[in-house]
Amino acid sequence: MFHLILFSVFGAICVAGAVNLLLQSHPINSALSLVVVMGSLAVEFLLLGAEFVAAIQVIVYAGAVMVLFVFVIMLLNAGVEERTSGSRVAWLLGIPAVLAGMVIVCWALLTHSNAGSAAIGALRGDPAAIAQLLFHQFLLPFEVTSILVLIAIMGAVVLAARSQTVERSKREG
Amino acid sequence: MVPLSYYLVLSGILFACGVVGFLIKRNIITIFMSIELMLNGVNLSFVAFAARWQQLSGQVFVFFVMVVAAAEAAVGLAIIIALFRTRETLNIDQVNLLKL
Repeated sequence: MFHLILFSVFGAICVAGAVNLLLQSHPINSALSLVVVMGSLAVEFLLLGAEFVAAIQVIVYAGAVMVLFVFVIMLLNAGVEERTSGSRVAWLLGIPAVLAGMVIVCWALLTHSNAGSAAIGALRGDPAAIAQLLFHQFLLPFEVTSILVLIAIMGAVVLAARSQTVERSKREG
Repeated sequence: MVPLSYYLVLSGILFACGVVGFLIKRNIITIFMSIELMLNGVNLSFVAFAARWQQLSGQVFVFFVMVVAAAEAAVGLAIIIALFRTRETLNIDQVNLLKL
């Protein structure tokens, strides 16, 4: 019962944050509602016993990634989103298709699913257990992600650095 | 005890919000945030299935998804900065050089 109440409260906060992200027109407000979504998702992870995942959800997602987002929003001085007609196909076909698909999936899950239930504390994903798995069974993927992160750092530096050819062409042209 | 389908429905709603944001938003940073929202929705279903089947591999997979998302955010935001430098706009309707 307690589990269900916590799930419902933080699930409602989560959905409210996600809808607020869509409704806000200023990117900084969208970013802050995304922080709310990520924080309440961390609580949902804790309810499922994923302690380590909940911790890195707060540290990496709600911390590092969102700071990066807010930093870029402030760096680029992003203002209120301009309302353009946009793509009419996206409005007329895309949104109803997404909503219809979501309703069908939810209906199927709620009425025809015997997937069972998740008890609180049934599986404890503490850092020791995760590390045991990560450094034995998933050692190769772990090392590959380290190379991925290295490439991403170099790519970000190269892309964000002020390119000298552009500067020169601007000065000349 | 919460039925697993509740978690999956919440995950589906978050994913659908992400897709809708991707379609209707015109600001490239907000579109990028919608992608992060979709990744978060998928992470929730990974963790829910991990709890259901008593397999920690699902949580390890969430760890990998987060690493890839962080790398993607760094590179994507660098691309946005480069885009803003050259086109001086964040509106994707004005980034239409390849459009016929």
